Amino acid sequence: MKEQLQKDFDNSIKNLSLSQKDIEIKKFCLDNFIDKGFPNRKEEDWKFSDLNQIIKNNIGELSFYNDQTSTNKVDTSVFVDGLEHNKIVFINGRIEKIDFEYEKKDQIEIIDQSETINEFENSNSLSDLNNAFTNKCFKILVKKGYQLAKPLIIYHTTNSKIWSKNINLRLNFELDKDSSLRLIDLFNDTSEKNFLNIFYNFELKENAVLKNYKVDKFENKNIKYSFNNIDQDKNSISETFILSSGSNFSKNEINCNLNGVYASAFVNGVFSLNNDKHHEIRSIINHLTESTKSYQLIKSVLDEGSKAVYQGKIFVNSDAQKTDGYQLSKAILLNKESEFNAKPELEIYADDVKCSHGSASGSLNEDSIFYLMSRGLSYQQSRELLINGFLLDVVEKITDSEIKNLIKNMIGIKE
Amino acid sequence: MDNRQKEINNLKDYKYGFSTDIENIQAPKGLNEDVIKFISNIKKEPAWMLEFRLKAFERFKVLKEPDWQKPKFPKIDYQDLYYYSAPKSMKDKPKSLDELDPKLLETYKKLGIPLQEQARLNGIAVDAVFDSVSVATTFKDELTKQGIIFCPISEAIQSHPELVKKYLGSVIPTSDHFFATLNSAVFTDGSFVYIPEGVRCPMELSTYFRINASNTGQFERTLIIADKGSYVSYLEGCTAPMRDENQLHAANVELIALDDAEIKYSTVQNWYPGDQDGKGGIYNFVTKRGLCKGKNSKISWTQVETGSAITWKYPSCILKGDNSVGEFYSIAITNNHQKADTGTKMIHLGKNTKSKIISKGISAGSSDMTYRGLVDISSKAKNSTNYTQCDSLLMGNKCGAHTVPYIKNKNSESNIAHEATTSKISEEQLHYCQQRGLNPEEAVGLIVNGFCKEVLQQLPMEFAVEAQKLVGISLEGSVG
Repeated sequence: MKEQLQKDFDNSIKNLSLSQKDIEIKKFCLDNFIDKGFPNRKEEDWKFSDLNQIIKNNIGELSFYNDQTSTNKVDTSVFVDGLEHNKIVFINGRIEKIDFEYEKKDQIEIIDQSETINEFENSNSLSDLNNAFTNKCFKILVKKGYQLAKPLIIYHTTNSKIWSKNINLRLNFELDKDSSLRLIDLFNDTSEKNFLNIFYNFELKENAVLKNYKVDKFENKNIKYSFNNIDQDKNSISETFILSSGSNFSKNEINCNLNGVYASAFVNGVFSLNNDKHHEIRSIINHLTESTKSYQLIKSVLDEGSKAVYQGKIFVNSDAQKTDGYQLSKAILLNKESEFNAKPELEIYADDVKCSHGSASGSLNEDSIFYLMSRGLSYQQSRELLINGFLLDVVEKITDSEIKNLIKNMIGIKE
Repeated sequence: MDNRQKEINNLKDYKYGFSTDIENIQAPKGLNEDVIKFISNIKKEPAWMLEFRLKAFERFKVLKEPDWQKPKFPKIDYQDLYYYSAPKSMKDKPKSLDELDPKLLETYKKLGIPLQEQARLNGIAVDAVFDSVSVATTFKDELTKQGIIFCPISEAIQSHPELVKKYLGSVIPTSDHFFATLNSAVFTDGSFVYIPEGVRCPMELSTYFRINASNTGQFERTLIIADKGSYVSYLEGCTAPMRDENQLHAANVELIALDDAEIKYSTVQNWYPGDQDGKGGIYNFVTKRGLCKGKNSKISWTQVETGSAITWKYPSCILKGDNSVGEFYSIAITNNHQKADTGTKMIHLGKNTKSKIISKGISAGSSDMTYRGLVDISSKAKNSTNYTQCDSLLMGNKCGAHTVPYIKNKNSESNIAHEATTSKISEEQLHYCQQRGLNPEEAVGLIVNGFCKEVLQQLPMEFAVEAQKLVGISLEGSVG
């Protein structure tokens, strides 16, 4: 893999107009990655999902160079109907379109930040890989007091032009004081066997509100890793919803730092898996100051040999008195071969806190099925009704009613 | 001054902190094949036993000390320890208690463990382990009548080699983790219990561990076998003198329950916890593992962990037999600079297996408490259930309480439920108690005892009373 990395790195550098210093930094990151390689099960955070093995078994040899000199045609058929929205379109990792048609132009700034690199706490060798190979990085700044009129949908599209490729993306967001942003990540892949490595960084200033919905719904054979870092100031709110279903393997990591008083973070997730898929959500909520709040709810329905992993951590600093932290994960295993692993973790250094977590996994309740069948439903209908109700619980947590309906329609959940 | 206050004053300092001035035989300092041969030789062990030890030592040489645990400690120099230390008077085993060194008798009397049988009214048979050797076992005759074997393991190696050979290392193999392997290589003494088919052991069996010599690691090995349809309840207590240096205690405990058998294992661990600044104290790195080998068997662990500078142990159950049951009840209390990383592993292999985990952690002062547990339901363990509850209580804002459960479910017909909470004692509760005339310390004692009640109930009567007091004393000075 090492030669391939070196070769592809040289190729990608060639097409970029970077200063000598930037090249040095990128090279440093590359060396770090070569040194550490893809994360494997020996690392505690990857205990349940050995990415190194998964890539080896599903893709084999990866190549890292993306020729981004020619543009791709934007396929408008993938756009969401019936919801007016702003767009960013990524095709095969290349930004093809940035369009804030519904917003005041002077309130949103798009800054080219290609030379800055990620330095996240709690990150891993994948951030090095990302730093070494990303070639365009934008920062989207929502100015003070501005609330976007329409949601922003980021289309992550890949097509059959690429295979066995590693795609690295990075976006930074800054929400200034009193601003708000609704963001939907929509994955739409017609490619196979690629590894997508996505890093987002959010900076929320006082009173800012971020709502991020990640929808990975369409069946595909890709492997995805996504890392969200969220820094929150006083009174800010972040809401993250993850629908984890379509990809062959997917891992979503949320690292949330509650730096200001009364900041709150909500993480909700749904795993709906079949066909030997393997998905993971890992969340780390750092309560760093007093009177902060976090709430997490993860539900899984696992069929046909699929495997879901939830690793959630609530960290409470010794200054973070009056913390309220809650975490619940539930799983239904529908099939003998399916598997659910959880590691709900609490690390607490302050005494005046309310923290709890719960985790439950098991089969569909036979009594409930019996109840429904005795009232005239077929076995299949009863099963669907129960699963529907089980997942609806999480979807109902979405605070934006427009997007809630959109997501309900996508999953096919009825009220 | 009321009685409780007096009692507290009496116990405020670690009352087991004295050391006995007694002449010792020690193995040369350090760890090498010669020392292992020395231990084996002095215990007059058969060749197969020495082979077992050397095999473990070979493995030990390639292992690295684990470092994933939460409480970090300075590197232990394994060459700077004595691996064998015994009172000189024990060289030729005394035939009866009358021949026992009076100094030893006195030590145990001071600890509240009288070894003279006539002095004991509550009917608990005791095996007393002093540093590296077992000094006395009481009530032997009565137990022998029922066919129960209760003796030091070094004696069992001589007198019941077939049982020892068959079961020793069958739950904790010589190729296990670092500390367990070290123990397999250099273990000195411990208890051996065999309960024959269909026998219900008429009394509580108990081992009392005492570390006396300085710079000594205690490596005891306990093996309990409950044959078909039998029952045994076993207690373990531990103390050590106050010393400035950290001492290592790395024991291995193996339990084997055959068809329909039940083993109840209770520990009240009160090793020297170090002084208020965290100096000294015992490193309690123990491997405890039970195997529910037969159908309908049951193993139940109960532990009250109040002592030790660092407690690092996970008493586990391997539920291999169908319908077998594993239970784990734990109270861990840390104060001052104590650290604990404890919990359990429940490994479900058989059908219809059940496990239950109740863990209560209390941390005060500048201490740090971690619950770490694994529930693993394999794909063959149909219809299994697990219930886990772990609650932590924090006193003050310098301490930490952490929960790290690993939950693995590979069977769609099995259910796992896990709950954990962390909180402090509520002002209302304190206010309510104080309003009714209790002082703040008594109020905390009462609330904490209520918090721990579910676990304390599992202990045999005599121990429950003792443990309840210990809970109060361990938290002394942590209020206000």
